[in-house]
Amino acid sequence: MVNLNSNVPEGPLAEKWTKYKAGQKLVNPKNKTKLDVIVVGTGLAGASAAASLGEMGFNVQSFCYQDSPRRAHSIAAQGGINAAKNYQNDGDSIYRLFFDTIKGGDYRSREGNVYRLAEVSNNIIDQCVAQGVPFAREYGGYLDNRSFGGAQVSRTFYARGQTGQQLLLGAYGALMRQVKLGKVKINARVEMHDLVIVDGKARGIITRDMVSGKIESHFAHAVVLATGGYGNTFFLSTMAMGANVSAAWQSHKRGALFANPSFVQIHPTCIPVHGDYQSKLTLMSESLRNDGRIWVPKNKEDAEKIRSGSLKPKDLKEEDRDYYLERRYPAFGNLVPRDVASRAAKERCDEGHGVGTGLAVFLDFKDAIAKMGKKTIEDKYGNLFQMYEKITDDNPYETPMMIYPAIHYSMGGLWVDYGLMTTIPGLFAIGEANFSDHGANRLGASALMQGLADGYFVLPYTIQNYLADDISTPRMSTDLPEFKAASKNVEDKMSRLINVKGSKTVDSFHKRLGHIMWNYVGMAREKKGLEKAIVEIQELRKEFWKDVKVPGLLNDLNTELEKAARVADFLELGELMARDALQREESCGGHFREEFKTPEGEALRNDKDFTFVAAWEHKGEGKKAELHKEVLNFEFVELKQRNYK
Amino acid sequence: MDLKLKIWRQKNQNTKGKFVTYPVSNISKDSSFLEMMDVLNESLIAKDEEPIAFDHDCREGICGCCSLYINGRPHGPDEKITVCQLHMRKFKDGETVVIEPWRARPFPVIKDLIVDRTAFDKIITEGGYISVNTGNAADASVIPISKEDADLSFDAAACIGCGACVAACKNASAMLFVSAKISQFALLPQGRIEAKQRVDSMISKMDELGFGSCTNTGACEAECPKGITLTNIARLNREFIKAKVG
Amino acid sequence: MANFFTSSIGKKLMMALAGLFLSIFLLVHLGLNSLLVIFDSTDKFNIAAHFMGTNILIKIFEVVLFGGFLLHIIYGIIVQIYNWIARPVSYKVSNNAQSSFFSKYMIHTAAIIFAFLVIHLSDFYFKAKFFGGVEEISIHGKEMHNLGALVIAKFQMSGFVIFYVLSILFLGFHLLHGFQSAFQTLGLNHKTYTPIIYGAGIIFSIIVVVGYSLIPILIYFIR
Repeated sequence: MVNLNSNVPEGPLAEKWTKYKAGQKLVNPKNKTKLDVIVVGTGLAGASAAASLGEMGFNVQSFCYQDSPRRAHSIAAQGGINAAKNYQNDGDSIYRLFFDTIKGGDYRSREGNVYRLAEVSNNIIDQCVAQGVPFAREYGGYLDNRSFGGAQVSRTFYARGQTGQQLLLGAYGALMRQVKLGKVKINARVEMHDLVIVDGKARGIITRDMVSGKIESHFAHAVVLATGGYGNTFFLSTMAMGANVSAAWQSHKRGALFANPSFVQIHPTCIPVHGDYQSKLTLMSESLRNDGRIWVPKNKEDAEKIRSGSLKPKDLKEEDRDYYLERRYPAFGNLVPRDVASRAAKERCDEGHGVGTGLAVFLDFKDAIAKMGKKTIEDKYGNLFQMYEKITDDNPYETPMMIYPAIHYSMGGLWVDYGLMTTIPGLFAIGEANFSDHGANRLGASALMQGLADGYFVLPYTIQNYLADDISTPRMSTDLPEFKAASKNVEDKMSRLINVKGSKTVDSFHKRLGHIMWNYVGMAREKKGLEKAIVEIQELRKEFWKDVKVPGLLNDLNTELEKAARVADFLELGELMARDALQREESCGGHFREEFKTPEGEALRNDKDFTFVAAWEHKGEGKKAELHKEVLNFEFVELKQRNYK
Repeated sequence: MDLKLKIWRQKNQNTKGKFVTYPVSNISKDSSFLEMMDVLNESLIAKDEEPIAFDHDCREGICGCCSLYINGRPHGPDEKITVCQLHMRKFKDGETVVIEPWRARPFPVIKDLIVDRTAFDKIITEGGYISVNTGNAADASVIPISKEDADLSFDAAACIGCGACVAACKNASAMLFVSAKISQFALLPQGRIEAKQRVDSMISKMDELGFGSCTNTGACEAECPKGITLTNIARLNREFIKAKVG
Repeated sequence: MANFFTSSIGKKLMMALAGLFLSIFLLVHLGLNSLLVIFDSTDKFNIAAHFMGTNILIKIFEVVLFGGFLLHIIYGIIVQIYNWIARPVSYKVSNNAQSSFFSKYMIHTAAIIFAFLVIHLSDFYFKAKFFGGVEEISIHGKEMHNLGALVIAKFQMSGFVIFYVLSILFLGFHLLHGFQSAFQTLGLNHKTYTPIIYGAGIIFSIIVVVGYSLIPILIYFIR
């Protein structure tokens, strides 16, 4: 029987977290040293959690597939991190950050969780400054802020266009300090492939050493997954090449419910796709929308001329340009939330106004440069402009950038309760790997906030509430049958992959999956397409297991084998994403169903029937997953149609 | 475009490697260097050969994974980029391209073009942080920091730990990497408290790991994808003198 | 804990200090030598040389000077060995044209300078001090070595002059990088002053090369 109790404490919104902490169980310092915790992933959430747990006295084992914890993909986050500091005196508050986040998420997230997120946001900035994170400052020496999509205040702290990097290096530093102190052990180039459950509780993981190929078992009293999102299901995304869902997916198959898998975010400002050989999409920070103006040619003929190269974009007269975001959403203009901006770009391109390959719109800094000067723009966005030029060979100071939406973030993930525990006791999920805080759409600069909130300030408390009952559980031997069985399971999977000896490469399957996902489970979805996607993914999965070709050896560094294991899981998750999108007969946030929209083409929610979290239970190979619903109760916020006009 | 690639192949740390020549054809000028490598690997798999192993992850120039020494330069023939940001338009049709792994004693080759850079983590472990526990922090605006210092600190902190400085240096010195971390904290008031201890232990570890010393040639600065400058090395030297003499 | 004298930075610091010290010596030495070409008579030079060879303070300083040489050379060799060990497998193609040119050949220019130094010392200094065979001269009633005559005799050989000029040229190359590098190693890097140090390094190297080369050349052609 699945228990979907969110365990959000009763009481007024602003007191829930205080109340939780006051009433929770704690583990005394001496007992902490007897308890082992595994943290998988070293991004913002994983590194901060592992470091904080180490500081508290737990014995932590940290795992990452990269060669160093510092390389986790949080590092690529550009724009910034939100906090309700109100340093700009523009009327910000914890409540407003909470409200913007709930509204931005299109009312599909938990009030209690989101309020807590807003509440600890300020502590994050304090913590990071203490760690020496060099946030941008004003001439007076105080911290600077910028504004981001979906908000009418400036609450985003940033470190040029490399905020994620600076925050991650801060957390990585804290992590390495614990390594020095002997409280954390780093296992780099080691990938998790299965979860071990003993007597109904998560008690360890099975990993593969990516250099030697050795399958290894690790015990812990609790397991924390901080393994990020599953955007790579789409093949082309802004995710790192190695980012994958395997740890979360294998845990799902072991009993953890997977929530809202169809909620993925399509980021509006990415460099457009330009060729078949392309391996990934590059994000241009949303912060660019602060000063850049988005437009397409008003007339299709002009768009055609620009596409063919006979008309230069900068030569198109002002009155022939359609600044469609400013036109449609005068209140928020270019700073509407991501899902809205993405769909608007798709709509213009589908109508034939696209530039570049036809699937691109302009992001123009002409006016900003004229107003503020090139130097100011260079200070703010220099590295982004440079990056753009290196990739496209176009100089954005001279000619407008071209952008198009791309898969960027997954709001869905493992279902967790208020304590960040999944439906498997002892298995926690934090950061992007869980589903909890962003609902159906995440606002810019909120992912960094959530990752660090979970890692520094939430999990270290809530995990104690669980571990307090485990202080007398001795360390277990990895010779237990549960470990042996899970280990054999992984070994078998690896040999199966290598022994298919088919004719097609892993990447070719991944690309085909990506096409299905992008066409049917992408920015605009409809019933027929989703049903088709389910069938096509099932067929592709069968073909994969019959015809994939994985060269090399089992017990060796084998990049193709690593990829194959990940793609095998994407092929299963892809189907669940389509199923979830199919069952949700409404449009909300990043999930847009063609059948459900307002006459103006905006997303149309159905609060009566779909104000719930869709949590899916794995029922075994080849069987349909079962849907469980956690109904979302909004006690403090009134559900409204989102309006950015 | 068509190219001739001479690529270092090595089974593992214990075997000897050699250069193998691979021709590639019909490469788009707009593809990235790593996408060109992907195309080559796909063709190798089709021929039942093992693909070339190389480190890469974010493919947007920030994770610091990619680490190829191309035609005698770390990250190849372009300025201030990583390999994943290098595009084929920087090469000529028909060109021979030599691809080697980073070469340094503290960076042993693991396989083909992949090297082990955990030496960098070991240096950071010795003090590349400010010792503050979670939850201790005062309000972020308590200590104002001049914009100039904050900016300089950021410039140093922009290091991605790719190791191009070590690869470029004729002495395989890690001074630029270490100086970036030292500088980041030396420039901030919160970093001053442990400054002496930090520089002492990090340098001690750097030496122990077998990196060479700095001849001030500037090769590291020229090849650093993030534009970390030699001024940081001077600051590191200063910090070291302060720690030892001051 | 890093030991100051064995740590990589400490070694470089010692080299830098010794190097700058030796640079000062180069100027003093050049000043003395120039007496040979400024005055027609070698007397002034011989008196100065006698003073340098007999004054007790200078004698103490001489020990310090040799210490400086030894320090610079020994640390240089040790650092170089470590540097070679740091890269056991070299690159097939190396194209670091972007770094400063002479910095890449410090050990090579050093070796040439060292060889020169040995020959130079045995020709003059050791000869006067230990080997003997330098004729005596009496100036203002004082007996002293006629080193001036010895120098002039030596520089009548064209091969010898060419060897000297070439060696000095390599010393110039060594200084061109070494001078400013020493300041960087000492942590003296500054927005405005570093370019001045760069300029001073170039001027210093030119003075040393031109000055030291002119002496044998002038002696060869004029005397």
